Amino acid sequence: MSIPLRILYCNCSYANVVPKATKEAVLRGLTESGIPFDAVPDLCEMSAQRDPSLHDLTGDDIKIVACYPRAVKWLFHAVGAKLGDGAEVINMRTDSPESILPKLLPEVPA
Amino acid sequence: MSATLPIPLADAKPKAPRFRVAVYEGAGAELLPPGARTELVCALLAKGFSVSVIRVNGTVSATNSGTLVVLGQFADAKPERAEDGDAIVHFRDIRNKPTAEVVALAEGIRAELNLPKPGGWKPWFPVIDYDRCTNCMQCLSFCLFDVYGIDADKKIQVQNNNKCKTDCPACSRVCPEVAILFPKYKHGPINGDVVSTDDIRRENMKIDISALLGGDIYEALRDRSAKFKSRFNKERDADKALEERTKCLVKIGEKLDIPPEVFASLPSMDQIRTKATEAAAKAQAALNMQDKN
Repeated sequence: MSIPLRILYCNCSYANVVPKATKEAVLRGLTESGIPFDAVPDLCEMSAQRDPSLHDLTGDDIKIVACYPRAVKWLFHAVGAKLGDGAEVINMRTDSPESILPKLLPEVPA
Repeated sequence: MSATLPIPLADAKPKAPRFRVAVYEGAGAELLPPGARTELVCALLAKGFSVSVIRVNGTVSATNSGTLVVLGQFADAKPERAEDGDAIVHFRDIRNKPTAEVVALAEGIRAELNLPKPGGWKPWFPVIDYDRCTNCMQCLSFCLFDVYGIDADKKIQVQNNNKCKTDCPACSRVCPEVAILFPKYKHGPINGDVVSTDDIRRENMKIDISALLGGDIYEALRDRSAKFKSRFNKERDADKALEERTKCLVKIGEKLDIPPEVFASLPSMDQIRTKATEAAAKAQAALNMQDKN
């Protein structure tokens, strides 16, 4: 697979809805890879605080590792930021690190 | 942005400017040991910092304004502070510094700028799925805490997310289109999971349950309150009445997954009546405007 231009990881810091083991494994996989990425403590909080940085994190060329795609889409919309049609949201609430990391890191086999 | 979608809070200003920390391992800097890098990123996230890990290949999101703190093991000396367009860049060499000390450097800059420290509350608030919302105003009529409002085009929007009661998803229960999300809720589809036909059927059933309770939850509460007062007057048994009222609230709370704290923070019955009337009037006015248009 080709390397996505940008990766955004949400740590969902302020609730226990994403399995801790999944978050830790995905974050470790990203930091130990040679790939650059963005990480935020909590997209919900950024949306609630109307953090202008959310506008920097949109576009077609981004893979967002967070929770349900419908939630992520409308969290961005809530601050007037629109995810591009090519943006992909990967769900850490339902998917395992073993299935997530190959979608992000070219060297990890699916 | 589609013209048909309301732009939430067009007049709302961000509560803080952009602030990001970059762990820099690009040109002119040494790589951090993998373990140390992971520990640093985790520690920064835990303190509420947005982090970009910058390497030689690939890109991260741009920071064109605000403050960027760049942490790295630089080959050449860097200025402590520089300007890059509208962004202010602070460089800090982290060679031989333990993680806690590096995090403290970033915290120091954030404190100097008087920026709020994130993480003081669980970000709990409704998010509207405008692909599903029909602008029926049920949520506006229902919420007693002024979370919802309407924009200039009479479209429903979340206006005061800080007034929402933590862990209470009650308004999503009355939405006939399952269009209200609470991303931190434990179950779908309220948490943003895909909405199935069964979900819509279940949501309709919940509305029916609410109707069975006496028209709506507040109506049920009012009825119970009246009964409570009546019984209290007759029996003069405060403990019994309180027990009955508590049972009723617990029952409603369990049905709709509403935390007891929300009931505890409800306004008085008179205030509920006034607020419900006002909210209904506001919703009706918005609906009337839609009909005219």
